[in-house]
Amino acid sequence: MNQMDRSLLALREMDILSAGDSPVHRLHPAAKLLTTIAYIAVTVSFGKYQLSSLLVMILYPALLFSLTGIGVGTCLRKLRFVLPLVLAVGLFNPLFDRATLLTVGDVAVSGGVVSMVTLMLKGAFCLSASFLLMATTPIDDLCAALRRLHVPPVLVTLLLLTYRYVGVMTEELSVMTDAYHLRAPGQKGIRFAAWGSFLGQLLLRSMDRADELYGSMQLRGFSGSFAYAGEKRFASRDAAWLVVWVLVFALCRIFDVTGVLGTLVMGGNR
Amino acid sequence: MIRFENVTAYYEKDTPILHNVSFAVERGEAVGLIGANGAGKTTLMRALLGLLPHEGRITVDGTEVTKKTLPEIRRKLGFVLQNSDNQMFMPTVYEDMIFGPMNYGLSREEADARVDAVLVRLDLTELKHRHNHKLSGGEKRMAAIATVLAMEPEAILMDEPTSALDPKNRRLVINTIRELPETKIITSHDLDMIWDTCNRVILLDRGTVVADGASQEILQNCGLLENHRMELPLRLYGR
Repeated sequence: MNQMDRSLLALREMDILSAGDSPVHRLHPAAKLLTTIAYIAVTVSFGKYQLSSLLVMILYPALLFSLTGIGVGTCLRKLRFVLPLVLAVGLFNPLFDRATLLTVGDVAVSGGVVSMVTLMLKGAFCLSASFLLMATTPIDDLCAALRRLHVPPVLVTLLLLTYRYVGVMTEELSVMTDAYHLRAPGQKGIRFAAWGSFLGQLLLRSMDRADELYGSMQLRGFSGSFAYAGEKRFASRDAAWLVVWVLVFALCRIFDVTGVLGTLVMGGNR
Repeated sequence: MIRFENVTAYYEKDTPILHNVSFAVERGEAVGLIGANGAGKTTLMRALLGLLPHEGRITVDGTEVTKKTLPEIRRKLGFVLQNSDNQMFMPTVYEDMIFGPMNYGLSREEADARVDAVLVRLDLTELKHRHNHKLSGGEKRMAAIATVLAMEPEAILMDEPTSALDPKNRRLVINTIRELPETKIITSHDLDMIWDTCNRVILLDRGTVVADGASQEILQNCGLLENHRMELPLRLYGR
């Protein structure tokens, strides 16, 4: 199996995950989408030194992992290429912000370290929430939800076709990579000199495939916008899910829930 | 039902692939389109479906194939592509089957009923919720036929329906095609399959119709076939 086949499998694994069955899978896509948007908006709105307040935001992804049965390991595996980039965003903060913000025991912790950890957590939380949305909602349902939220059809169709087209491109790339390596034994990767013709061929082949696919869609009545098969009714439990979570997020943002819990626990210990 | 009158079709204006092709297919007929590579079989189908520009007149039930009439024409004609991977673009068989009916404005319930009826008819019920990428070649071909039948077309066009199938799946597809009551136009190099499924054959060579008649008459004419870069069906070699 070459790298392309693995990528293709990874892509299809998301389709399989999203076709699963759990209380979260059964929710209306629009409810999940709006909850995720609210979650991301609240998470990124925390100040750079509000580390302890931010910690409570782990509640949402943690509960979703538990309700869906999707492993945290699966999420980490899927995000292994993006997570380091997100985590690297705040890497230089400790160099620029050296003022001591707090002390843990005898150790002084600078503002830079706190803001770095805050940034890293924000990134990790937002990515895991996005992953959970994708892993519990088929792309067609997600697009149907976007249409329901009046996102322009052109954008939605573009999103859906891009998602599908990545698979088509990867399939073509996989076939070409196999063909290349069968006639270039022992060679690691593709020779730089062959890149031009390789990419040119890939473009032409994927254009042909895309043309065939589009033809097939046209022949079955496609005229620019999808008639989504999976449109569900927005039920009261979907509304409840959205409203409760938005309230929880708002409470977490307004009050320092972690601080309050800490005080209660510490107070109880005294 | 389908009529070609002096049709010339092309990918590029200067180099036509079909030259003045004329023939008619009546309702309920099963017509095999045969010819060597580059004879124009697929081009003919694509022109009929409005996927290629053409000159001359193509009509389906009296309606001329023009840009304006394409939705109506395509509703009547189902096309099974040679490469099922290009036909099946949704994640599951069910979603692929429901795609056409939903585009034509059917309600979810009506489309569901159609899908179920077709799956039962083709004995493919167990494929309904399978992921397309996990289907075998034979299953994928049958599923591709099912997606087209779900649209309830009046005529079915098939491009090399038995290519790249093992003998068992090939036989399964042939039996399925034989049992379809719809008008059929099938292109293939598999002349044994054409023998089994079609009562009429049109032989194309370099974009023109060189023979049109009963299947057994044309498919047993060794001289005619060899003159046009074809061979007798394998079943006739032992005779």
